[in-house]
Amino acid sequence: MIALLADVHANLEALEACLAHARALGARRFALLGDLVGYGADPGAVVDAAAALARDGAIVIKGNHDEAVERAPAYLNDMAQAAILWTRDALSDTQKAFLAALPLCVRDDTRCYVHGSADRPSRWTYVDGPTAAAHSMAAAAVPYTLCGHVHDQRLYFEAPGGRVSAFRPHAGTAIPLPVHRRWLAIAGSVGQPRDGDTSAAYALLEEARITFHRVRYDHAAAAQKVRRAGLPAILAYRIEHGV
Amino acid sequence: MASEVLAPPGLRPPLGAGATIGGFRIVERIHAGGTGYIYAVIAPPGRDPGFPLVMKVPAVGAGEPWIGVVAFEMELMIHPVLAGAHVPRFVAAGDLHTTPYLVMERIAGESLAACCARAPLAPEEVVGIGAEIADALHALHAQETVHHDLKPENVMLREDGTAVLLDFGFAHHARYPDLLGEQLQFEAGSAPYVSPEQLRHRRGDPRSDLFAWGAIAYELATGEPPFGTPQSLSGLRDRLWRTPVPPRARNAGVPPWLQEVILRALEPDAARRYQSAAHIAFDLRHPEQVALSSRSRRTEAPGVLRQMRGWWRARDGVLEAPPAPPRPAPVILVAVDTEHLEDARHPLIQWTARQVMSVAGEHRMMCVSVVPAPDPGAGAQLADTESGRQLEHLARLRHWVEPFGLPASRLSLHVVQASDPAATIVDLARRNHADLIVLGAPPPSVLGWWRSVASSVTASAPCSVYVVRA
Repeated sequence: MIALLADVHANLEALEACLAHARALGARRFALLGDLVGYGADPGAVVDAAAALARDGAIVIKGNHDEAVERAPAYLNDMAQAAILWTRDALSDTQKAFLAALPLCVRDDTRCYVHGSADRPSRWTYVDGPTAAAHSMAAAAVPYTLCGHVHDQRLYFEAPGGRVSAFRPHAGTAIPLPVHRRWLAIAGSVGQPRDGDTSAAYALLEEARITFHRVRYDHAAAAQKVRRAGLPAILAYRIEHGV
Repeated sequence: MASEVLAPPGLRPPLGAGATIGGFRIVERIHAGGTGYIYAVIAPPGRDPGFPLVMKVPAVGAGEPWIGVVAFEMELMIHPVLAGAHVPRFVAAGDLHTTPYLVMERIAGESLAACCARAPLAPEEVVGIGAEIADALHALHAQETVHHDLKPENVMLREDGTAVLLDFGFAHHARYPDLLGEQLQFEAGSAPYVSPEQLRHRRGDPRSDLFAWGAIAYELATGEPPFGTPQSLSGLRDRLWRTPVPPRARNAGVPPWLQEVILRALEPDAARRYQSAAHIAFDLRHPEQVALSSRSRRTEAPGVLRQMRGWWRARDGVLEAPPAPPRPAPVILVAVDTEHLEDARHPLIQWTARQVMSVAGEHRMMCVSVVPAPDPGAGAQLADTESGRQLEHLARLRHWVEPFGLPASRLSLHVVQASDPAATIVDLARRNHADLIVLGAPPPSVLGWWRSVASSVTASAPCSVYVVRA
């Protein structure tokens, strides 16, 4: 059983809650699907936690916010840009080196782990519909493509004839994923859910089965830290309201 | 295509008696259908669940349609999570890639297909069987599942009459991805029962099953399916607008109220149909409460003009309006104490019932008054007294509910003479699939609550209970 954790965005409270939830359900393996930092107030602690998990064999993927720590791209919005400048100061050289060394994509026999699309991962394409999902699944060329970047939980699947459909999963329902068709799961955002629910989102993948979860955590404390850190107030608001 | 990637080795049905799959020993083949084979099987030693078993094996491999494979995949996903007496108990499933099979309870009883072969049936039998099927559908819909292939071959009637739904290969479960989606075509055997929405490739609306229910009830009552047995897609499409020949034109023995129920279930526009299987079951069990519309009076198929209007509307896309999943259509049971009309709680109970109904979709309100059973020593005049009391309380109940201005189709009145009001209310709620009971709290006193109707109902109700306190 492997826990899929995406878009932690420096929210330590949410990450710890999801890890505890996953461990209680029997998860011993972890995959962090990018964007460890950005937006939240605890980038250092989150990177350290990720590094510790990586030492124990966890897969850790680089996201666009992680990349922005080493070289600021032009396309981040002002709010994200402000958060990245702040994050750069908050991280030690070791932590920055850890982020810089992360892979964009990891693949094994049946699974492909990536932050955005497996189709040219460095472009940070959002998998925001069946077409984008189809491209990512085709590029991954394995039964299971597992990603983040988009913050809402989704399950895309290939129907007979190759047409790709989207499904909005229900938290806690285990969905069989037979290996003969291709699936793309967006685990949801651990640290900054945006669907109106403040609960942290992640997913648990077992052999040919996935369960999406939502975990309540002390989001008020996480938001308070964002305010105290002097980060843009809107980032605290997003955590408080799940938007 | 799925058929290319899924070709399990070593499993080319049909299999003979004595063969073993997943430890289950095949006794005999009992069915060969479009999507698979059914065998009677015996469980391996130590795994006997204590009831007879059947094994379903999908027809896969060269020459088999891919739809059967996907349908089996859907069934493997949905059947194991369904519960209750209206579904065969799930026992085991084999791996989809090596040995696909599904082992479940073998239902003893009669197939609805056999009942259809005997049709037309007496109206009482149509009503009895129809209510059982409606109960089964309600139980399925309550589990967020739409069957989408309800037909006589897929319904078994247990020896006690309970209907059991089979074959979830075309079903839609709100919590699982829909692998069939828009790809679905229809088998000839399902054609008479397919709803207009399904023809438009819209899935997941429980009212589609209610249309299929209407087609089955029509067939049981008249001996013929309402739209014949179309062999082509264009033959199927006329149900998008056509109103079938009224059942009474084919069988004069069908009472008008039953025709009303059947034709309402068969409305081409889902919004004009019943909105809940529980409402169908309710009407079948309370014929005197069915509000009759022009549907009940039809004696011949609607004239050319009317049919044209229906055709035009369907073509015009009025029926194309996306079938927003219907709002919950609850059954609300309100207990009214018609013995003590002066009680201060009455206005509050009325207010509460109104509040509840204002947020519900198409609801059904059952007003229930339980009056004490008459003293058995009353002698010869008992019958008169009894019906006199009944009428008196019915009048009071009608007066009580008048301010709501509910149409007769949404309201039913029940005066029950019984010595145990709590048990009577709970029983009525259970039998009619009530979603909520509204009743008054006892007057405040230390011991009053524990002896009250409200406390007994709350303790054993099958649904939520709203206790109104003055």
